[in-house]
Amino acid sequence: MNFEHTDDRRMLADTLVRALRDGYPIETRNAGAYGETGYDAGVWQQLTELGIVSALFDEATGGFGGSGFDIMVVFEALGRALVVEPFLGALMAGRALAKAGGHDETLAGIVSGETIAAFAHDDGATPVTATKSGDGWTLSGTKAVVSQAGAASVFVVTVEQDGDPLVLLVPADTAGVSVRSFNVVEGGAAGDVTFENVTLGADARVGGEGQGQAIVDAAVGAGLLALSAEAVGAMEFVKEATLGYLRDRKQFGVPIGKFQALQHRMATVLLEIEQAHSAVINAASAFDGDDTKARERALAAAKYTIGRTGALVAEETIQLHGGIGMTWEYAVSHYAKRLVMIDHQLGDEDYHLQRYIALG
Amino acid sequence: MDLSFTPEEEAFREEVRAFFRDKLPARLSTLVREGKRLRKSDMEEWHAILNERGWLANHWPEEWGGPGWSVIQRFIFDNESALAHAPRVVPFGVNMLGPVLIKYGSEEQKKQWLPRILDGSDWWCQGYSEPGAGSDLAGLKTTAVRKGDVYVVNGQKTWTTLGQHADMIFCLVRTDATAKKQEGISFLLIDMTSPGIEVRPITLIDGEQEVNEVFFTDVEVPVANLVGEENMGWTYAKYLLTYERTNIAGVGFSIASFERLKEVAQMQKKGGRSLADDPLFAARMARVEIDLANMQTTNLRVLAAVAGGGAPGAESSMLKIKGTEIRQEITSLTRRAYGSYAAPYIPEALEAGWNGEDVGPEDAAMAAPSYFNNRKLSIFGGSNEIQKNIISKAILGL
Repeated sequence: MNFEHTDDRRMLADTLVRALRDGYPIETRNAGAYGETGYDAGVWQQLTELGIVSALFDEATGGFGGSGFDIMVVFEALGRALVVEPFLGALMAGRALAKAGGHDETLAGIVSGETIAAFAHDDGATPVTATKSGDGWTLSGTKAVVSQAGAASVFVVTVEQDGDPLVLLVPADTAGVSVRSFNVVEGGAAGDVTFENVTLGADARVGGEGQGQAIVDAAVGAGLLALSAEAVGAMEFVKEATLGYLRDRKQFGVPIGKFQALQHRMATVLLEIEQAHSAVINAASAFDGDDTKARERALAAAKYTIGRTGALVAEETIQLHGGIGMTWEYAVSHYAKRLVMIDHQLGDEDYHLQRYIALG
Repeated sequence: MDLSFTPEEEAFREEVRAFFRDKLPARLSTLVREGKRLRKSDMEEWHAILNERGWLANHWPEEWGGPGWSVIQRFIFDNESALAHAPRVVPFGVNMLGPVLIKYGSEEQKKQWLPRILDGSDWWCQGYSEPGAGSDLAGLKTTAVRKGDVYVVNGQKTWTTLGQHADMIFCLVRTDATAKKQEGISFLLIDMTSPGIEVRPITLIDGEQEVNEVFFTDVEVPVANLVGEENMGWTYAKYLLTYERTNIAGVGFSIASFERLKEVAQMQKKGGRSLADDPLFAARMARVEIDLANMQTTNLRVLAAVAGGGAPGAESSMLKIKGTEIRQEITSLTRRAYGSYAAPYIPEALEAGWNGEDVGPEDAAMAAPSYFNNRKLSIFGGSNEIQKNIISKAILGL
């Protein structure tokens, strides 16, 4: 039993944390996050040049990491800095292609960071359907609130079918594909992706017959782990900021951290963050294991835990900060929004609790 | 990072499992599994079995009869012990006084008292809390006045767990009334058969007589029974409390009682289906199960930090709070699971050796008393609110 990261992984995390601390202050982040595209293309390029995306993939895929713990340290660091650049899409779309095999060129572009990809999974009001046409398919319908859809040059699209889901690779410039982009509440961007009689050839298919669910699970599983780790990183930042405030802010002539009512709330926050951290460690550990049920259960447990704890930490940090926690100018408010809204991605706390029960 | 046990630790776990399989009497494990109250002789029987194997005082140094285990080995042992439904080791001699004597006692005291803890010659109890000194333990008022070669002790202790069985009590007493409150306390070993001691049982919320009041009227205690130095008792008392918290998360107990809860929920019916399939109840169970899985890793992370040379200390306060919340939630769900048959009060059914006919499902009679009894978990060993004070000061630096 060992709770230390390997030297390589620790170095990766240190490099990333330092680069983000020096090059990604909250002003830079917010300028991109609430700007027109919802991210900063220059920052994205700098971070991918550090090899951050490559760390999310194994050597066979052209990366240098790819284990559950690699995903964990990278996304924890991204969460700590509240990064909005399209790493989640790279991870999920890339892991789908890597699981399936084929589409090597697209995958290589994603791993190197040259290609921005999005994983289009949740259906909108009109679910995406694929009708067989010749060797290929005609795609229609809308995928909802796809993270960083506007930035993506390529989509990995899932289509619910009887039996096994169909997974398709769709370049964003394919005729009939349109994206309605918008910023999201906590900063960053997403988009509804609509397919209007999009004609795709047989080569658009990701994976073979009967492989669909395994590909979706690989992508979504990686996404769940990433979001859970991101949340813990954001919680760590918020914890430190809140502690600083409790020590500095004076009322009634003393630092407010001297008041027991606030101390006990903060102690509870600390406890729950440690528990969330443990949940992510459990999920990262099960992620590479052979026991798929244990893996899915640990992932559901982690996403459930960070959903519940994320909202708690967000609400408590705002309360403990008082009015200042409500201001746009103060970094913590943006972290609080992310910690609440992360529960709206890839299934919320109730969804994952039900999933956990169903897998039991 | 690697959450699996090493091959050596796995082999150790097998050894421990085999021991419980071969040496734990079925009569005792049945009593524990069913939540019955153990008699003094039951506890002594189990202590003797552990002692024969050299595993009773598993954190003592080898010199004094400990097995020389790592913190991870102790964690494995504690967990397996709970999963096997072994009786708990009565902590007062083994886990509390033992470490204090080993660190602060004289050679004579160690030689006199430690072997007697192991072989069961003495049953120790703890004289800490007083009517006016609970969370504010240092406010204790029981006095010890030196007269020649004895201390004369006057005052009252309370919440003395299993004191009705005890031959000996270790006590915090005030030896200097003029000093700051923490600086006038001494640590005394007192023979419970001394003239002037009276033990009165306190009946608890579940009807059990588990704790007592102990009154001291001009009780004479040999000066040789002072541990360490006079007026240094607070240091020893705090040292003891960190040992009290070593297995404080009680992960093993929670795993075992959760397994039991799953059986009960499977067996009980609600609206024509098993309670385990009721969505609301299933959600309550899943929440606590996830909390417990997280807790197990949190506990191991704290232990790994200790094993790696890091400081334990205040982290045990986190384990205490969360661990007891989980244990209480499981007893609460178990009570709910029995539905209306949690209501009948059948005190005899709680005692070891009762052979009467159950009212309702087997073991239903234990569910509510056990739930009420376990409210103590968030109160003793430093209430969970006191633990939050410790976290605020020692971890958060507030």
